[in-house]
Amino acid sequence: MNNIIVYCEIDEGHVADVSLELLTKGRSLADELNVHLEAVVIGANMKQIDKQIFPYGVDQLYLAEDPALDPYRTLPHAAIVTKLFQEIKPEIALFGATSNGRDLAPRIASALKCGLTADCTSLEIGEHEDKKENKIYKNLLYQIRPAFGGNIIATIINPETRPQMATVREGVMRKEIRSNTYKGKLIRLDPVKYVTEEDFVVRILDRHIEKRKIDIKNSHIIVSGGYGVGSTENFKLLFELAEVLGGEVGGSRAAVDAGYIPHERQIGQTGVTVRPKLYIACGISGAVQHRAGMDQSSLIISVNKDPEAPINQIADYAIIGDVAEVLPKMIKYYKKNTK
Amino acid sequence: MNRFKIIVLAKQVPDTRNVGKDAMKANGTVNRAALPAIFNPEDLKALEQALRLKDKYPESTITLLTMGPGRAADIIREGLFRGADTGYLITDKKFAGSDTLATSYAISLAVKKLAPYDIILCGRQAIDGDTAQVGPQVAEKLRIPQVTYAEEIKEVTRKKIIIKRRLERGVEEVESPLPLLITVHGSAPDCRARNAKCLLRYKHAETLTEMQRNTEDYINLHQDRPYLNIVEWTVDDLEADETYLGLTGSPTKVKKVFNVVFTAKEAKILSGSDEDMEELMKELISNHTIG
Repeated sequence: MNNIIVYCEIDEGHVADVSLELLTKGRSLADELNVHLEAVVIGANMKQIDKQIFPYGVDQLYLAEDPALDPYRTLPHAAIVTKLFQEIKPEIALFGATSNGRDLAPRIASALKCGLTADCTSLEIGEHEDKKENKIYKNLLYQIRPAFGGNIIATIINPETRPQMATVREGVMRKEIRSNTYKGKLIRLDPVKYVTEEDFVVRILDRHIEKRKIDIKNSHIIVSGGYGVGSTENFKLLFELAEVLGGEVGGSRAAVDAGYIPHERQIGQTGVTVRPKLYIACGISGAVQHRAGMDQSSLIISVNKDPEAPINQIADYAIIGDVAEVLPKMIKYYKKNTK
Repeated sequence: MNRFKIIVLAKQVPDTRNVGKDAMKANGTVNRAALPAIFNPEDLKALEQALRLKDKYPESTITLLTMGPGRAADIIREGLFRGADTGYLITDKKFAGSDTLATSYAISLAVKKLAPYDIILCGRQAIDGDTAQVGPQVAEKLRIPQVTYAEEIKEVTRKKIIIKRRLERGVEEVESPLPLLITVHGSAPDCRARNAKCLLRYKHAETLTEMQRNTEDYINLHQDRPYLNIVEWTVDDLEADETYLGLTGSPTKVKKVFNVVFTAKEAKILSGSDEDMEELMKELISNHTIG
């Protein structure tokens, strides 16, 4: 079977988080299928980029470097990736569901006449039986995504066409270094062989990209703390849990007032309003002002010593216990069951 | 005087944004049939961009193109009421089950039939699938450049067009030659309301299939006023290769669909024990809340 490849985006000299998350997922899928993990990077001034990428367990890195390839433009990047895929015929190809990834991936899928599933929330390996054709497909990529405005969850497969292509949003998968000494091979692509002059007809005249900010609002998973967390020290557990789940950390007004967490992370009537897929409320009693900012979350888990805390009225799960004891267990069992 | 031939790609979609009580089945799943069918919101914004170009260059023409069942003619009428000039409906049972690749194949054939054209506009994505794939795939099949996430068309001449794009963390201004395909972002301005004059003019616009239900007088009216005809195109009209259409032509297959069930909340009480925590994390992983 052929390999898994991830199209990596570069953000000011650093590999984007979403790409590292995909490499992490790609590595575990590659292990399951017993194939190599590959990455492709296209841009300019890519010194040391291999040192950022190989630790994620990448066996081959394809690098196309030229000043004209940065910033991202659809046609030259599509031309390079399309031709590369025709040469190396990957089994699976993953892209970040970013502005660029969602612009690029469909163009490539169309050129290669292969299937593409957008915004997957989970990727798994599984088999499929086509009863009509009496055929069994082994080791397919299950591309799992919400559809119909989030009212259904669909599992999509591409039985016949290759690569099996999917995009995934930032923060959906976790990122984890495989080994800091992982040895991969750097393969330089000569851009001249992949692009033509015609690929540069669209010109960028002006560009304003803001620095990355804390983005609680768009996070699918939020771990939030209240006064009951008790200390800045305990808040570190919230950051740790958020990091492994691929989420952000928020806080109630009481936690902000107590100085446990900065104001920019405040959730509630006087902070930001969020509606993540999962909201974990730690040591939050659930005052109306806080609930107004989070009660639209799809799933609410509360961790509180007090069984009578009002937050439990809107929670799906109420864990009665101490934050400092419960969170390390959540981290432990999450890691154990996703390995 | 500059004039542009503009094609707007539009889709009729179930309104998934406001799933009210009426659209819920007893088991808590969505009754899709109960959702109203609407003009996909970002496609309407694409139409507005086309209308603005026409405001500036009145000799330009706007052609609406949609693919779907017969009732999708409704959104063509809606577009005509707002200022489009003509509309085409790609409709055939053989298109059923098309994924984005098969859909873009059919649309690209229809666009080729409408050639020459200068600008193709469509919404970034449709609210029933949110894939944002059909626009770029149509552009690839037509071998023309794409400019995605457009918020504003700043300038256009016969030779080039300047577009402001909305990216996740900023904006970009790009220049492209014509012809090209533009996908319009949700941050672009809303579409104008129906125009009374257009409403009167196109009130009786219908497809041939719709017309056949009517009286002879009505059919005569259509013969006198050809602009009232909404053209239907089938697989044969597009001379499409059937292996690229419908379920056969769709590389992606839906293996399983799982309805998200909305139920009244009652907290499940857990202790902080190791067993409870492991059980909880396993459950969250298996139902894809965390991955």
